[in-house]
Amino acid sequence: MSAPAVDAARVGDPGGATAFSDDEVAAVRARFPVLSRTVGAGHALAYLDSGATSQRPDSVLDAERDYLTRSNAAVHRGAHTLAEEATQAYEDARAAVAGFVGLDDDELVWTRNATEGLNIVALGLSHYGIGTPGPLALRAGDEVVVTEMEHHANLVPWQQACARTGATLRWIGLDDDGRLDLDDLGRVVTERTKVLAFTHASNVLGTVNPVPRLVAAAKAVGALTVLDACQSVPHFPVDLRALGVDLAVFSAHKMLGPTGIGALAGRREVLAALPPVVTGGSMVEKVTMESTSFREPPQRFEAGTPPVSQAIAWHAAVDHLSALGMDRVAAHEHMLTERLLAGVAELPGVRVLGPTTARDRVGAVSVVVEGVHPHDVGQFLDNEGIAVRVGHHCAQPVHRRYGATASTRASVYLYSTTGEVDAFVETLGRVRGYFGAA
Amino acid sequence: MSGLDQLYQQIILDHAKAKHGFGLRDAGPGAASADSHQYNPLCGDEVTLRAVVTTASDGTAAPVVADVAWTGEGCSISQASTSVLHELVVGRPVPEATGLVEEFRTMIRSRGQVEPDEEVLGDAAAFAGVGRHANRVKCAMLGWTAFEDALSRAVADLFEASPQAGPPAVSTTTEQENA
Ligand SMILES: Cc1ncc(COP(=O)(O)O)c(C=O)c1O
Repeated sequence: MSAPAVDAARVGDPGGATAFSDDEVAAVRARFPVLSRTVGAGHALAYLDSGATSQRPDSVLDAERDYLTRSNAAVHRGAHTLAEEATQAYEDARAAVAGFVGLDDDELVWTRNATEGLNIVALGLSHYGIGTPGPLALRAGDEVVVTEMEHHANLVPWQQACARTGATLRWIGLDDDGRLDLDDLGRVVTERTKVLAFTHASNVLGTVNPVPRLVAAAKAVGALTVLDACQSVPHFPVDLRALGVDLAVFSAHKMLGPTGIGALAGRREVLAALPPVVTGGSMVEKVTMESTSFREPPQRFEAGTPPVSQAIAWHAAVDHLSALGMDRVAAHEHMLTERLLAGVAELPGVRVLGPTTARDRVGAVSVVVEGVHPHDVGQFLDNEGIAVRVGHHCAQPVHRRYGATASTRASVYLYSTTGEVDAFVETLGRVRGYFGAA
Repeated sequence: MSGLDQLYQQIILDHAKAKHGFGLRDAGPGAASADSHQYNPLCGDEVTLRAVVTTASDGTAAPVVADVAWTGEGCSISQASTSVLHELVVGRPVPEATGLVEEFRTMIRSRGQVEPDEEVLGDAAAFAGVGRHANRVKCAMLGWTAFEDALSRAVADLFEASPQAGPPAVSTTTEQENA
């Protein structure tokens, strides 16, 4: 169950693991049907938008189809063969995804996506005042601390929780290099802090945050830690138990899996102290006309019919990742990130948001092109088959922090190639000329 | 012409630079004005546009668009389309201006099916290709939506200030594109 502990400081310094060779990348890519398509006027697709959603390998597509063509049934009910098989596969999937992040199966709640997981936590803490107030309840005078680099998913639910409970939202600021301003830590995280919610890796800046240091600060004041692991779990080995966070969220669709399923995972004692916010079937023990007792976690948080075939596909996705080796995935992306950063550094009028070196960084590289709006940049790149994300990437405050309203983001994954990175850099270099900004 | 050049016609790139009407000026005496702020949450594009109307000098019932003043930030499509809007509608009677907005919207929404009437739309006809890019429709409509919104309120204001000017026909449909 316990993968080697990964110190955040090791990220971007992949130790002994090596990037995939050209032959290996070719073999990796052969498993992803979509990667062989062309775009527009016969351009090979260069998919550099995995930070938004990743592509799925044949193993994941097949797993879902095999399940649906053989065993499809309602889980946790019914005594027939199909229901047995479905339940078995569904719970095996839970154990596999939990194990992938260093946890046990009872410590992983299926959610719709990471966003829903964060809402379950934020709502749970703010509903706590109703009925029996628990130790985690947010109240007036409490403080919730986030960072200025959060995705809206890890900001807005906390703003709402504070509005509901009278707690105050505070945040850790950023330095000019795109890192957390940890000089601020002692001032922001205080005895009043009840929750420290932060991203493991920024989807805009690529910054990998020092989890042990933040967890230590939270522990020192008895605050709950909530980790947004959306951009870390897909890209490097993550052991949530070793990291010591209380709760974490991540989404299947960013790690070769399907849409429609994510996870809220964490320490079983913490999950047990969290009240459910969505209620109904499947999450109950005894129901009378007057009252209901709830099941233990994780089922307590899984009201209604769950995403069964998605869970099974996600299982195939983590198996696929494990077979490739997450340390090699990390090493491969580290190599590509270095190349990407070095390439864009050469381009006049192109500014990187976030760290300009690959250390403690994932391969989401957002740039602002002087004189050209990101929407136009994205269109220009698409014309040559290069798929990137443009806009604010659901993180307006971090853009504002660096004087931008939007950016163009290239994000690499395990199937990305040096050729794609080079094509991106070369094409980006022609954007300002085309739009008369150079 | 490549797909890209079809979208980014030279006229569009020129307008994106020229930004006719850019800057929020005050309405002159005797004029009525209203502002509209439009935002595209998808990409953060925004425009604040002031429509200024006056009563027609020759005593006809329809008021006239005296100015379209705007500021904002956005992609070349949204900047250019607002610039074109300024050129096209300033000096026109209000009903004519609203007719042009309708015409433009129909063209943009037609997914490239409707051949634009260049006689009527002038430089705005260059945006016909935008309709083929579903995620750019909102960009092209941003300033026009703001204009439609501001215009209807400016006219209402003018009418209130000088009731002898008859109520003009102002379309009040708002943009529903969910790009
Ligand atoms: C850092 C981060 N947090 C949260 C999310 C939200 O994930 P989802 O939309 O799958 O809930 C994303 C995805 O965009 C992300 O990158």
